[in-house]
Amino acid sequence: METRQQTPYIGITVAIGGQLMLPLENLVACPQCDTLHAQTDVPDGAKAHCMRCGAAMVETRSTAITNVLSLALTSFVLMIAAVSFPFLDLSIGGQTNGTSVLGAVMAFSDTFSLPLAFAVAGFIVFLPLLRLGAIIAAVLPLVTHRTPGRFHRHAFGLAETLRPWSMAEIFIVGVSVALVKVAGLATISFGPAFWAFTLLVILTFFQDTLICRYSVWRALDTSRA
Amino acid sequence: MAGAGHIAGLTTAREAGLIACHRCGQVHDQQATECRRCHATLHSRKPDSLQKVWAWWLAGVITFIPANIYPMLITNTLVENSESTIIGGVVELIHYGSYGIAFIVFVASIIIPLGKFFAIAYLAISVQRRSNLNQHQRNHLFHVVEFIGRWSMIDVFVVAILSALVQLDTVASINPGIAAVNFALSVVFTMLSAQSFDPRLIWDADRAAAND
Ligand SMILES: [Zn+2]
Ligand SMILES: [Zn+2]
Repeated sequence: METRQQTPYIGITVAIGGQLMLPLENLVACPQCDTLHAQTDVPDGAKAHCMRCGAAMVETRSTAITNVLSLALTSFVLMIAAVSFPFLDLSIGGQTNGTSVLGAVMAFSDTFSLPLAFAVAGFIVFLPLLRLGAIIAAVLPLVTHRTPGRFHRHAFGLAETLRPWSMAEIFIVGVSVALVKVAGLATISFGPAFWAFTLLVILTFFQDTLICRYSVWRALDTSRA
Repeated sequence: MAGAGHIAGLTTAREAGLIACHRCGQVHDQQATECRRCHATLHSRKPDSLQKVWAWWLAGVITFIPANIYPMLITNTLVENSESTIIGGVVELIHYGSYGIAFIVFVASIIIPLGKFFAIAYLAISVQRRSNLNQHQRNHLFHVVEFIGRWSMIDVFVVAILSALVQLDTVASINPGIAAVNFALSVVFTMLSAQSFDPRLIWDADRAAAND
């Protein structure tokens, strides 16, 4: 597995004096600096970099798409579990109070901070769920060998747009900090939702490093066939 | 490869009269308005990029000020009622001896937001001045800013979980202060500012210089 080569894209003779040497279908532009490169098939496990700015343009992983689907399905189920079960319990001197993930969201339900309740609900529950749903919808036709359509490409585009706004992993770090703050004063017990959420964060991390967005886009692209 | 400058033989999509999709990289001719692969709206460069960067940047800086002045957490216990700001929370953690966690909160809530304001301003100004120095470093800086900015949200989540968990009416209760809202807004505005920045502008400068 450690034979990862670094193959640059062929970029030199794409155009001479503003005159294109290749048909549009065979061109790909660097997402960071707009430099044109000729689309070439990169050997499995290799990376192709932009000749000008060095941005990674293609990383191929042959097993990616099936894994992406199973990870997304598992994460979706875990998120449902994480919002349905008790998350944390706290007790100080015989008094106990528990919270669910949605309880943490509702902490901001006072009038002045109500918009924040909606935002936090979005960041930690609804946007991650929507993103997982969009990934599942987008890769389903690829796994079942059906022709992907406009809907599936829109779905993957949505998943890409939502990426910075789903903050489940940041939430779990926030929870750890909060627990350290109360650790000396109270006893904490973890509910099933805590473990579901933690596992979800680990899976999301794998999902995002595993997914090769360029391969997914090329697989979803039916116009070139 | 190293250093700035124009590498002979490389052409940008814009120079070739083409438009590349910002979301999926598909190349189109100039008449196209929608990406035929991912259906995103096509622009050669993000429209009004720098105006949007500065508008969101200003909103982020303005909301960051009350976020640091007003209390983030309001704690009521049998013995005392106290309010703590972001910095106050960090100092409290140091008092308890949780240096590692204090460091994480300090970095996420103070260093990252301040660093982002400076980094975005530097990127926007250098592009406005058409500087072609340190292009690789600036490109890298942009990606660091884009990647790391969302982690500032940690403190908002800390407030959320503490306020939900510590609700023992007779013994202790914790409630969110107004700074939590300001801080969350500041993080969101700064993320939007970074997202409005088009990294292609960094690389356009040496094209302009080469054509002079
Ligand atoms: Zn590039
Ligand atoms: Zn596209």
